[in-house]
Amino acid sequence: MARSITYREAINEAIAQEMARDERVIVMGEDNAGGAGSPGEDDAWGGVLGVTKGLYGRFPGRVLDTPISESAFIGAAVGAATGGLRPVVELMFIDFMGVCFDQIFNQAAKFRYMFGGKAVTPVTIRTMWGAGLRAAAQHSQSLLPVFTHVPGLKVAAPSNPYDAKGLLIQAIRDDDPVIFAEHKMLYDLAGEVPEESYAIPFGEANIVREGGDVTIVAIGRMVNTALEAADELASSGTEVEIIDPRTTSPLDTDTILESVENTGRLVVVDESNPRCSLASDIAGLVAQEAFGALRAPIQQVTGPHTPVPFADSLEDLFIPDATRIAAAVKTVADYGR
Amino acid sequence: MAGDHDERIPSQDKIQTVTMPKWGLSMTTGKIVEWFVAEGDILGKGDDVVDIDTDKIAGTLESPVAGPVRRLVAEVGDQLPIGAVLVVVAPEEVPDSEIDAVVAEAKEAAASGALDVPEEPQPQFVEIGGRTISYLTLAAEEPSGDPVVLVHGFGGDKNSWLFVQQPLAEEHAVHALDLPGHGASDKEVGDGSLADLAGIVVGFLDALGIERAHLVGHSLGGAVVAAAARSAGGKVASLTLLAPAGYTAEADADYLRGFAAASTRRELKPLVGRLFADSSLVTRQLVDDLLRYKRLDGVDKALSALLGTLLDGDRQAIDTAALLEGVDVPVTVVWGSADRILPPPEGTGERVDAGHMLHMEAANDVVRVLKAHL
Repeated sequence: MARSITYREAINEAIAQEMARDERVIVMGEDNAGGAGSPGEDDAWGGVLGVTKGLYGRFPGRVLDTPISESAFIGAAVGAATGGLRPVVELMFIDFMGVCFDQIFNQAAKFRYMFGGKAVTPVTIRTMWGAGLRAAAQHSQSLLPVFTHVPGLKVAAPSNPYDAKGLLIQAIRDDDPVIFAEHKMLYDLAGEVPEESYAIPFGEANIVREGGDVTIVAIGRMVNTALEAADELASSGTEVEIIDPRTTSPLDTDTILESVENTGRLVVVDESNPRCSLASDIAGLVAQEAFGALRAPIQQVTGPHTPVPFADSLEDLFIPDATRIAAAVKTVADYGR
Repeated sequence: MAGDHDERIPSQDKIQTVTMPKWGLSMTTGKIVEWFVAEGDILGKGDDVVDIDTDKIAGTLESPVAGPVRRLVAEVGDQLPIGAVLVVVAPEEVPDSEIDAVVAEAKEAAASGALDVPEEPQPQFVEIGGRTISYLTLAAEEPSGDPVVLVHGFGGDKNSWLFVQQPLAEEHAVHALDLPGHGASDKEVGDGSLADLAGIVVGFLDALGIERAHLVGHSLGGAVVAAAARSAGGKVASLTLLAPAGYTAEADADYLRGFAAASTRRELKPLVGRLFADSSLVTRQLVDDLLRYKRLDGVDKALSALLGTLLDGDRQAIDTAALLEGVDVPVTVVWGSADRILPPPEGTGERVDAGHMLHMEAANDVVRVLKAHL
């Protein structure tokens, strides 16, 4: 059988295979080289959580260590991409993107459009997102809606190791800038991943589970939480269909609409804050395009409109759990009965 | 006399069970879909017992035992591990209390995880002409006769034999391989010609030290084993061709080109439905597995090269009948009567009630045909 590796290993393998396949692929980021040449185990750390471990020695000169100045090295990566390289640059926490919004929003995302297609920007920005690591309000945000909002950016948010490898390979081969959002609570999640290289096309949702009663659209880690809720719900007779869009930009609207046309009921689950969010975006899409199919008001299960709390108990309350998802499913399933 | 004989057997030895089968490498549990027997029925060997969903596709379990059905241990919708007892069969004189004890033990075993599957045979790899070929061997402890080699069709792989390989392996050594460009084998198909693929099959026999084998091929694999028999007749004990390519000029060319080109579930699912007489057999998992295969680097190129071997415009390019001229081995041809991909020619071969994927859709009938002449 296919072997089982973790989300972290799947990401590492995707980068390694693409670096071996295409010499234009380089890696940039903080703590990539730290630790190399030091006493004890002589290896680079491979980033703050060790995702790129092993690449520094394996690809000499192609794994660059950067200072803690995101605006500079993201700008450098964007420039390198326009100059013909295919940088995979790590911006440790998605929360830090604010310091380089100009490079991302106003430069990388605009080049193809403003140069009439004569320039491409094949940069992949890898970044950690999501709550749950007890890392407090400045290291726990989701922020995917912010990037999804900007035309010219593509946004991938894998929920499992298989998707992590295939979406990252697609991101590296893609000629547009890609925000590759790795959920920090999934790094140790294991699953079957082929050893061979493969690319998952963007804008192709995964139907994680089939069911005819209620559609759940869930993003990132929440796909796994929705699966927990689905098992619980199945035992009480409600079959949910779970859709993982895999990329929020482009978004596979057809798969979502087709499912809702079948079930007539929708719950959207995302741990981002609720205002101007992926949940409200998908709910709006379905309300406009599939209103006739709806048999109950759409439910959104999200974090509250607050920063992510530092207290363990409050952070646990912030993140949608299987119980909240199951309750929302019951609300739409029982509506009008 | 028969009565005397029965009385010497302790009653617990008269209790027989039908258990959850293992169909295919990835199956660990099965879901009860529909029962065909009820308590009180007299079961015969080979009778249809129950439809079981493997997660990829549903199959019908035939009874390995005969006798009165005393108890059905599972209900429709139950998900049970391989080896779990599904039916208790015993003569009427066995008291209910003993049947109850067997059922209680069976339920406890299924719930406790004690049935978790032991070490299973794993796929292996062999180098043939610089290409890595993946294959799975299942074999009886003392295999009888020549070994059997199963060769899948266009876009398929060794796992498509999930319902066939295990039953054949009760008596024989059975190897299922992945052709180049497929499954876990090298994705390099060279010029994609039939001769190249047939060379892999002959090379496989040589690499495993097999002097003579029964070759079984489905669809493109049927033409491949025919070509192998033509080039190395002495190594072939018999040919069984299931819905083989190259028997008529007609083919669903749209399916073949569409399958090669499809990159999304929405494109692929309706196409895969055409492979079966009953399109509802196509599960999410079946389509997902095909997509996972199609996304692998090199598959695109391999399938489009093979398309050139299969098709000349909208017509089949292969002439299997010509390949078989002068091939002096027994040839059995079996068609699914509702094949929508390669329509069965009038008046040739045996028929089973299925579509193009007859070895999945009418697996038990195909196994019977195979067992009859192996």
